[in-house]
Amino acid sequence: MHNHTSAEITLNINNEDRTVYVRNADTLLYALREKLGLTGAKPGCLNGDCGACTIIVDGDPMKSCLMLAVEAQGKSIITVEGLQNTAIQTEFIDKFAFQCGYCTPGFIMNCHALMTKYPDADDSVIKDWLESNICRCTGYQEIEAAIKAALAAAKGEPG
Amino acid sequence: MLSFDFEYYKPASIDEAVQLFQSLDRQGKNPSYISGGTELITLGRVNKIVTGAVIDIKAIPECLVLEKQGTQLVFGAAQSLTVVREKQFFPLLSKAIVEIADHTARNKITLGGNICANIIYREAVLPLLLTDSTLAVAGLNGLIQYPINDIFQQTLQLDRGEFLVQVITHKQETELPFVCLKKRRQWDVGYPLLTAAALNKNGQIKLAISGLCSFPFRDKRMEYSLNNRSLSMKARIEEAVSRIPAPVLNDVHGSAEYRVFVLENTLQEILAEWEGAGDA
Ligand SMILES: Cc1cc2nc3c(=O)[nH]c(=O)nc-3n(C[C@H](O)[C@H](O)[C@H](O)COP(=O)(O)OP(=O)(O)OC[C@H]3O[C@@H](n4cnc5c(N)ncnc54)[C@H](O)[C@@H]3O)c2cc1C
Ligand code: FES
Ligand code: FES
Repeated sequence: MHNHTSAEITLNINNEDRTVYVRNADTLLYALREKLGLTGAKPGCLNGDCGACTIIVDGDPMKSCLMLAVEAQGKSIITVEGLQNTAIQTEFIDKFAFQCGYCTPGFIMNCHALMTKYPDADDSVIKDWLESNICRCTGYQEIEAAIKAALAAAKGEPG
Repeated sequence: MLSFDFEYYKPASIDEAVQLFQSLDRQGKNPSYISGGTELITLGRVNKIVTGAVIDIKAIPECLVLEKQGTQLVFGAAQSLTVVREKQFFPLLSKAIVEIADHTARNKITLGGNICANIIYREAVLPLLLTDSTLAVAGLNGLIQYPINDIFQQTLQLDRGEFLVQVITHKQETELPFVCLKKRRQWDVGYPLLTAAALNKNGQIKLAISGLCSFPFRDKRMEYSLNNRSLSMKARIEEAVSRIPAPVLNDVHGSAEYRVFVLENTLQEILAEWEGAGDA
């Protein structure tokens, strides 16, 4: 009987197929950073608590430390490297929504998925989604201002 | 990253999964089913779960069902908590789910994974105990349905090689008035100090609790005391608390005394919801 504990797999990342050799036990976070050089997703708690490793999988925010790389086969993965000049990135700069920046890619990915899925998100939806990420520097107000401004901008309203 | 290696399988049918388990078990690989797989990672990281072969049930169609079938609601075990909640079939279950972990984590954590979890809270179990839901379990004898109040005794009592496929709930039960209160020591997300869920069926209160003891439970004797309207509200609560069926947790999250204090106040909130402030 075979004993296959690692394999070559194909992952669709930022609309590009990437082939990578992983252990079945590798998390997606580890594969992205250490095997594919995509270091935007940050390792924080590695336990699902902080949100620093958040990416988007098939349109939903996911903590990449909670997913095995092999589970991500056949799915569309977007990392922060795949976002360029999006409304939420612009508003994070405008509203000074970061200090050290470690949590920022995770917040950006979560906010971007929120905007795509719920362009009309109200305060309670924003709170529910953003509670998934922890920032040790800011008071969250600036991050909240950024997502609200980005949602407003996407609807053509003044931010 | 996990320190141990395992084989990874994603069977497309119940039968294939059951047979795979048997064969891997015979080879001494200590196989493990996963649905969301998050606990495999969080507990595997610290070697509290170790397995030589993982059987991922997310490609089995029966595990992904989420629909109304006549008078019943059927929830596949591999559906994420987010999807189950957003379907809004079962308001008490949705309320319990929205308090579990956080929104992003709930995109990966599944209903079946929460019910079968090694962690003690397993809050999604509470609404299922209260509605006398049924669990469909697959094993060598096929797919068998069991009342949850029989098969869930502190943990889900599965035989080796069996796995949870579906949760089935009577629609009528999901329409009853409910209260679900999660008490944390601080913050709005994360594990509870305790969570109490209650259902009011024809004036009779049903109660299930997580975080008080080392397992989620529903206790008929506690329910009897809460419903004994010949006593004052205060006496009903005191009697119910005296009937907690197992030692109360006493840990860094809260002392046993504090947990009991919080429970008393929570029971008062539940009674007040349906009976007014009362004489407590
Ligand atoms: C950030 C975070 C916060 C959390 N907060 C809470 C909380 O507030 N309340 C709470 O209750 N829980 C909480 N949890 C715990 C979580 O609900 C459990 O760890 C749950 O087991 C994860 O589900 P899963 O689908 O990923 O499980 P998996 O990792 O797939 O499985 C968990 C266990 O169940 C077994 N299993 C899975 N599916 C089946 C099946 N169909 N049949 C038989 N066995 C099966 C597996 O072998 C494994 O032992 C939290 C987890 C995280 C990461
Ligand atoms: S590193 Fe993934 S949630 Fe903290
Ligand atoms: S900006 Fe430093 S953690 Fe958020």
